[in-house]
Amino acid sequence: MSGNIAVRGTFRRLVRVFFTCSIRMLSLLLAVSVISFALVTMSPVDPVQQYITGLGTAVSPEQRAKIEDYWGVNEPPVRRYMGWLSELVRGNLGESALYRRPVADIIGERFLNSLALMLCAWLLSGVTGFFLGCIMGMYEDRWPDKLLKRICYVLSSTPTFWLGLVFLIVFCVGLGWFPVGFSSPVGVLRADVTLWQRIHHLILPAFTLSLMSFANIALHTRRKLSDVLNSEYVLFARARGEGPYTILCRHGLRNILLPGLTLQFASFAELFGGSVMAENVFSYPGLGSAVSAAGQNGDVPLLLGVTLCSALFVCTGNMMANLLYRVVDPQIRKELR
Amino acid sequence: MKKGNRRTRAVIQAAALAMLLLVVYAAGILISGDAVEGDFLDAGRPPCLEHPFGTDALGRDLLMRTLKGMSVSMTVGAAASAISAGIAVFVGIAAAAGSGRVDAAISWLIDVMMSVPHMVLIILISFAMGRGFQGLLAGIAATHWCSLARLIRGEVLQLRSRHYIAVSRKLGKPEGWILTRHLLGHLAPQLLVGAILMFPHAILHEAAVSFLGFGLPPEQPATGIILAESMRYISAGLWWPAVLPGLTLVWVVLSVDRLGDELQKILNPFSAQE
Repeated sequence: MSGNIAVRGTFRRLVRVFFTCSIRMLSLLLAVSVISFALVTMSPVDPVQQYITGLGTAVSPEQRAKIEDYWGVNEPPVRRYMGWLSELVRGNLGESALYRRPVADIIGERFLNSLALMLCAWLLSGVTGFFLGCIMGMYEDRWPDKLLKRICYVLSSTPTFWLGLVFLIVFCVGLGWFPVGFSSPVGVLRADVTLWQRIHHLILPAFTLSLMSFANIALHTRRKLSDVLNSEYVLFARARGEGPYTILCRHGLRNILLPGLTLQFASFAELFGGSVMAENVFSYPGLGSAVSAAGQNGDVPLLLGVTLCSALFVCTGNMMANLLYRVVDPQIRKELR
Repeated sequence: MKKGNRRTRAVIQAAALAMLLLVVYAAGILISGDAVEGDFLDAGRPPCLEHPFGTDALGRDLLMRTLKGMSVSMTVGAAASAISAGIAVFVGIAAAAGSGRVDAAISWLIDVMMSVPHMVLIILISFAMGRGFQGLLAGIAATHWCSLARLIRGEVLQLRSRHYIAVSRKLGKPEGWILTRHLLGHLAPQLLVGAILMFPHAILHEAAVSFLGFGLPPEQPATGIILAESMRYISAGLWWPAVLPGLTLVWVVLSVDRLGDELQKILNPFSAQE
């Protein structure tokens, strides 16, 4: 009976936390949309001119005026923003001037590519980072720790895109193990691309991307684990005769898994930023390469769409980190009540 | 044999690193434009004694170009982190000293800044400012102040509850006086370290954005631009234009990071006992 009530209370709290988080997320997204729209409006790049250049035909001044009228370029920015927002709510993100297709379609297609890349990198960096962090914490101030710490510091000062370039030189050009770019072989129909070919193209970008964030999680895990191992209850456990691996499993992992997981969820922004670089180096057709192409070619609808999409992605990660922290950690759970 | 105590060693190391970085910076400025002119007879030379970094596909000496690019990158990084640190001080103090509403508004604003990936935001700002040096500077300065502002907010909140501040207030000193005399003096060392540790991030972002083509114009020898150019020749087997300038960048970033750490050791009085 009492268990039932407790479960119901947990559920209610979950719903409440979820609700407040959602409202916060909506306000953040709205602010991001306002800021990005204002920035795009400020730009000296003329979207109409970009559109006409993309058409590839000469356009008379009358036709140009018609386009301007149709687009509402000469209306005040606030009305333009309201128009854009109301279309956005209906799911219409406009048409990309660069690819001549609806922005929503492009984003949907490329987001899947990016997601595959980011998910692989995220899992890889999380698992290896956590594992190496545990090793560093266990051997604190001995040679494995010092070596790994040095590697982590060097990696966190290395630009991702340069690392990608070096990998391209070594593994693609030098050794020829991996293809140089794209997400599938050139000259093969999309339907004929096998899963292995996709994975083959994904390995190197995902590995590069994972190297960017893994130092962070490894150093964090190391610090947490060393805190745990220097505590008095671990001293007592040692006195009882528990070996280092028993201590790690019984006392270490339970205390450091959750903060590590939270940190990993909160790193979505860096992950996305890194994927912009990795996708450009490996010419991988994802959101990251779309945003830089959109910026280069003055493709305003696509730029805005990808910005919003990235903000949504990051906010989701932050919200998950928040929820995880509040729901799973009993100390914070008590404070919430 | 280690000579001197920890602090003396830290001072010596910090001074040596600062000197080295200054030399790189000065070299980049002093190198004349002629040294980075191309010579087609020398195109695509691998590293040798005459050209330690080799030459690129247009026959330009890569060591000279890298040094020149490094000083440009360092200028952008230093200016951007200085501006960012200024914003951070202002915002952090405003959040801590202002009313609860101001604090909430600022923390919301920081959340907004954090909810867009920095790369995307820099691209947007650079797009808004019409690319080039200004856009790059504005973009990097606008994205890097958040964590330092949070740090300063916490520090100011802690300082304001100290007794000597309370005494000062009871003596009738105005808020502005307390701010400049008591708070800023306390914040200065932290701020210096914070700004120096921000510099590597700024310089890495500068290189990344220039690499994507949103930063400096292509004729300027910036690190990101050299690397972007080298992409085209990778499949031709020219590895040195990509590897060596990048290594220089990593070295500079590591040195600045190290400099920040050493300065922290010097400025933090507790580190003397470690």
